[in-house]
Amino acid sequence: MSAGRRLLILSGIALALFGMLYGLHYAVFVEHQTLDGMGGSLTAAFIQAADRDWEKSESALLAYREAKYDYVREVDLHSHWIGLAMLMIVLGVVFDEVTFGEGVRFAIALAMLAGSVVFPLGVILQTVRMVPLGSALAIAGSALVIVALGATAVGFMRGDAT
Amino acid sequence: MFGGIALIAAGMLFGDIFAVFVLHQNGGQTGQALLGAANAVAAQDSSAVKVAFVQIGNLLEDRGTKVDAHVHMIDAGYLALLLALVQPFVALSASSKKILARLFLTGGLLLPVGIFLIPYVGLAYSPFPVIGWASVLADTAGALLIIVLLVEGWGFWNYLRDRHAGPVEPELPKDRTWERRVLLSGGTMLVLLGFIYGAWYAAMNLYEHENRESVILKDILEQAPGRDLAAASVNAYGLLQAEKAVQIAAHSHIIEFGLLAILLSFVQPFVLLGQRWKRRWVMILLAGSVILPVFVLLELKVGLIAGGIADVAGLMVIAALVGMLVGVLRYTGHLDAEAGAAR
Repeated sequence: MSAGRRLLILSGIALALFGMLYGLHYAVFVEHQTLDGMGGSLTAAFIQAADRDWEKSESALLAYREAKYDYVREVDLHSHWIGLAMLMIVLGVVFDEVTFGEGVRFAIALAMLAGSVVFPLGVILQTVRMVPLGSALAIAGSALVIVALGATAVGFMRGDAT
Repeated sequence: MFGGIALIAAGMLFGDIFAVFVLHQNGGQTGQALLGAANAVAAQDSSAVKVAFVQIGNLLEDRGTKVDAHVHMIDAGYLALLLALVQPFVALSASSKKILARLFLTGGLLLPVGIFLIPYVGLAYSPFPVIGWASVLADTAGALLIIVLLVEGWGFWNYLRDRHAGPVEPELPKDRTWERRVLLSGGTMLVLLGFIYGAWYAAMNLYEHENRESVILKDILEQAPGRDLAAASVNAYGLLQAEKAVQIAAHSHIIEFGLLAILLSFVQPFVLLGQRWKRRWVMILLAGSVILPVFVLLELKVGLIAGGIADVAGLMVIAALVGMLVGVLRYTGHLDAEAGAAR
């Protein structure tokens, strides 16, 4: 098994496990509370508005907005981490068919791994109010994944594997 | 392999039926309920607001469980295919592998069925205060899948430690056929396109959508009495939700189809069909995989025609899957016939 292939498969499995454990933790301890908070805040915003208590209505709407901001990113984190991990495993199975030298293949695998870790990490940092750093990491991570995937696609399209 | 492809095809067919018969109707009813809540705000009737939000909650649950059933059935199919591919590296006996495969397919089928039944079964005859029997069925099926995955992982661990227990299956044939290369590179390109589109969506639309949602909700809540602006605001809210939904659906579908194409590239040596038909199914699958997300995106601009074309593209992918499934069946039948002749 080549180094790039091993890196993709093993780190893919590790990343998938991590993503699933995060998902389990999130589903048991966070998700229901967040959804209740979101639904409750929106309902409260409407009820307070019906009662013409504009101040409370506005603060409930703000709470809804903040809860939804976090919820979208937390669910995205879970799904992207597992999705990227699955992609790494699947690509790992056929990675030796990428028609580049072993060094380039390993660099592609490394870029894929780095991007798959950094991109979701950037997303989660946005929810702990570290938006600039989180956004920078998310952009860098997604760029790494895109470049690695582009190189992999070119490698598949070319002739026989080296 | 057969079960995995069948689960994916069934999940896609369910998604197509859901898109045609449920999705738009559900969206319309949710909009009506939100309008009811907005009118209740204008009429200063807080109890009517509560009633409207209960209705919205029920509609969202109905929609959510159907989307979840669709997604979970397809993902269970992907996992089944992936597991089929790693079987040569799982050091377990042949009979254990067969039992695990049956358990996995049972779980993969019962999980979406349980999710689908949640709003219909509700809490009827349930001993639990908030969990119904359908949820119990879905959770049990999910636990079954986790158990099978853990045992498969244990088998893989044994293989890595070089403890081969039972017959070692042959590895995937080294195959550089046209079908394999086109599916591999086409699938990777689809995933790449999905990623680029997702990055563009996050950069250009995600924050704008979040801001616009707040503004619209504020408009709905602060409408002046006597001015009928609620319908326009609710309409704007519905359009925003539709905009978000089609963009996220395009992003997720193109990536899922890409992953499917890559997985199906591994299966090609086991598709016993003539070369012309094998290539035909590959082209139909890839064409449907591109057309569906593109026309889902165009749905808001072009309208129902684009939605219809997207549904037809979904059927193209399903037809290609069924075509390949027939090829796999012919392959297994061929092996059975050979084994029978040898005996």
